[in-house]
Amino acid sequence: MTEAFIEVAIIFVKVVVLGFILFSLPLPLTWLERKIAGHIQVRLGPFRVGPHGVLQPFADMVKMLFKEDVIPEQADRLLFRFAPIVSMVPIFMVFVAIPFGESWTIPYINKEVTLYVADMNVGLLYILAISGVAVYGIILGGWASNSKYALLGGLRSSAQMISYEVALTFACIGVVMLASSLNLIDIVRAQTGGVTNWNVFYLPVGPVWFVIFFIAGLAEINRIPFDLPEDEGTLAAGFHVEYSGIRFAYFMLAEYIAMVSMSVLAVILFFGGWDDPTGLGWLPPIVWFLLKVGFFVYLFMWIRFTLPRYRYDQLMTIGWKILIPLSLLNILVTGWMII
Amino acid sequence: MEKKRNDMKGMPVTTRELTLSFGPQHPSAHGVLHLLVDIQGETVLRAEPDIGYLHRGTEKIAENLFYHQFVPYTDRLDYMCGMSNNLAYVLAVEKLLDIEVPERAQYIRVIAAELSRLSGHLVCIGAWGVDLGAMSMLLYAIRDREMVLDLFEMLCGARMTYSYLRIGGVRYDATEEFKKKCLALCRILPEKIEEYEKLLTGNRIWIKRNRGVGAISGEDAIEIGLGGPNLRASGVNWDMRKDEPYLVYDRLNFDVPLGTDGDCFDRYMVRIEEMRQSIRIIEQCVRDMPEGPFNVDMPEIVPPPKHEIYQNMEALIHHFKYVSHGFKVPEGEVYCAIEAPKGELGFYIKSDGSERPYRLKIRAPSFCNLQAMDTLSRGEYLADVVAIVSSLDPVFGECDK
Repeated sequence: MTEAFIEVAIIFVKVVVLGFILFSLPLPLTWLERKIAGHIQVRLGPFRVGPHGVLQPFADMVKMLFKEDVIPEQADRLLFRFAPIVSMVPIFMVFVAIPFGESWTIPYINKEVTLYVADMNVGLLYILAISGVAVYGIILGGWASNSKYALLGGLRSSAQMISYEVALTFACIGVVMLASSLNLIDIVRAQTGGVTNWNVFYLPVGPVWFVIFFIAGLAEINRIPFDLPEDEGTLAAGFHVEYSGIRFAYFMLAEYIAMVSMSVLAVILFFGGWDDPTGLGWLPPIVWFLLKVGFFVYLFMWIRFTLPRYRYDQLMTIGWKILIPLSLLNILVTGWMII
Repeated sequence: MEKKRNDMKGMPVTTRELTLSFGPQHPSAHGVLHLLVDIQGETVLRAEPDIGYLHRGTEKIAENLFYHQFVPYTDRLDYMCGMSNNLAYVLAVEKLLDIEVPERAQYIRVIAAELSRLSGHLVCIGAWGVDLGAMSMLLYAIRDREMVLDLFEMLCGARMTYSYLRIGGVRYDATEEFKKKCLALCRILPEKIEEYEKLLTGNRIWIKRNRGVGAISGEDAIEIGLGGPNLRASGVNWDMRKDEPYLVYDRLNFDVPLGTDGDCFDRYMVRIEEMRQSIRIIEQCVRDMPEGPFNVDMPEIVPPPKHEIYQNMEALIHHFKYVSHGFKVPEGEVYCAIEAPKGELGFYIKSDGSERPYRLKIRAPSFCNLQAMDTLSRGEYLADVVAIVSSLDPVFGECDK
């Protein structure tokens, strides 16, 4: 009885801690993004609030909270309120299945705790399915605003997400074939033992898988060069043009967490998760994991401030005419290699 | 018969075009452009510019001002390159007065005009970048424009609205330090232009977004009245600096870059190349600039310097007459055009022999270029409209006058 109670308590604590981390993650990330943008664009970035502007996200948060929450008169009020939640919740739910490491022994009480909330045998499938739900938030937000710009943004996102979800899923199939498991922990275990075992270095198909995954992932999380749903050059802000205050913050939050989740997936699927590339063990696995994730987060930001964005039809062309055929071919080659 | 919502049931599902009000408050509206875009899906059927949000009646204002008082108003036409506007106006008035400014002033004017071309093109390319998503491009262009603005500040103390050119010469002399800084700019800027080219010219996405977008043939471009880099991108070799030279352009050695396809990418490449040519022109001008006066010796048109006014009776009288009565301009009419960064900028002035113009008309290149909006964007995608607006580079101070 007590055993079961402790187990439940541990899960509860893990969920609370994870939720807290995820909610507060956008704070450093927005600061980081603005700083990186600043330094790429030869300026300082935020500098006024706190040393080097570190408190800027808090100031922004306060501002967001106190902003008037405008709902356009012609909007569908229920859906308009519902949409930010729909876009945010699934992104959080993704993290239930994501492992951050094997396990960790709590000092003093010698209790071993796993570094994941749920060990699902269909983890990858669950993540892909749940993150696909988030697109409804964007579509609903675009539709419910009853604004032409928002509607166009919503339409673009639905087309974009559907086409790129296919490529993204296909890119994951190769990894699943190699590990012969959908369980993320098994996938990481299959890659342990040095850099050469990482999926990305499974030549010749590994790098191709990763490139497809990365491009489709960029499109999936609406980052430049595929940020067409919010294309500020054309659509002002696309689907969230009518949102203000904290509802807008929800969309922002979802976007940042999606970026982290995509980085995490890239690390788990292709870069050996918490595997130590040096093999010396001078850093705990979780640190390696976070370093790799951080690298990808930085990469996403770097790309954002370097590239222009694609046009809607060009995006579709890339998705359907290049990525999907390429990934199908890659599946064939991988299958042949495994046999 | 009024239709109720319920009556819609059972009706066939139809698609209908959407009229999108693009601007005047829109990130890519380049100021206050209001475009009425009819779209079907994302395809543009019509694009109609609706201008006039920045109309200040500049032409009418001119009728109530002395000739020399109107110079500051020209600064506010194309506020990205005030020097060129100054130049077009003072050249027109000087043509009426039939005076020739000293050589040194002519060289300084060419430098000023070419520097303002640099600043105008830098803003154009930066804004173009940010409209298509390459945000850093804007910051880089603005950073390098800062060097140009510093030069202007050195020349006349102002960074945006210069009023530096005056009828009969220029307001202040170009110092040795200014020349040195000019040469420094000519050394640094080509590297920066290389940098932009690395970011954009070879960029697959940039090429995809601009190649073949908003293409127009040379004949059509002439017919619709495109000017400046937009016309030359279509392969039409027409540059006022070469074809109807003014100031000292006929002595300078420079090329007129031409495009072939007349699409957005060519318009971009022409601008990049024009910046390089401007740098060449500035280098030559700094080298060849002679010593001498920088104003005509006509005290009624160019009043004596301030410090003389306090000591010299004659100077005081001239200054007083200049400020309170202006100067008379002989009767007649004149059209004078220069190659401004955006195209042919012309001033038509009709004088009735008094101190004020009887009528003044501005041929603003942005206005003429914007006419092509509908022709260029028909059948393109909505996102291309943004690229086309950026490539035409309208400035609304000038377009709305």
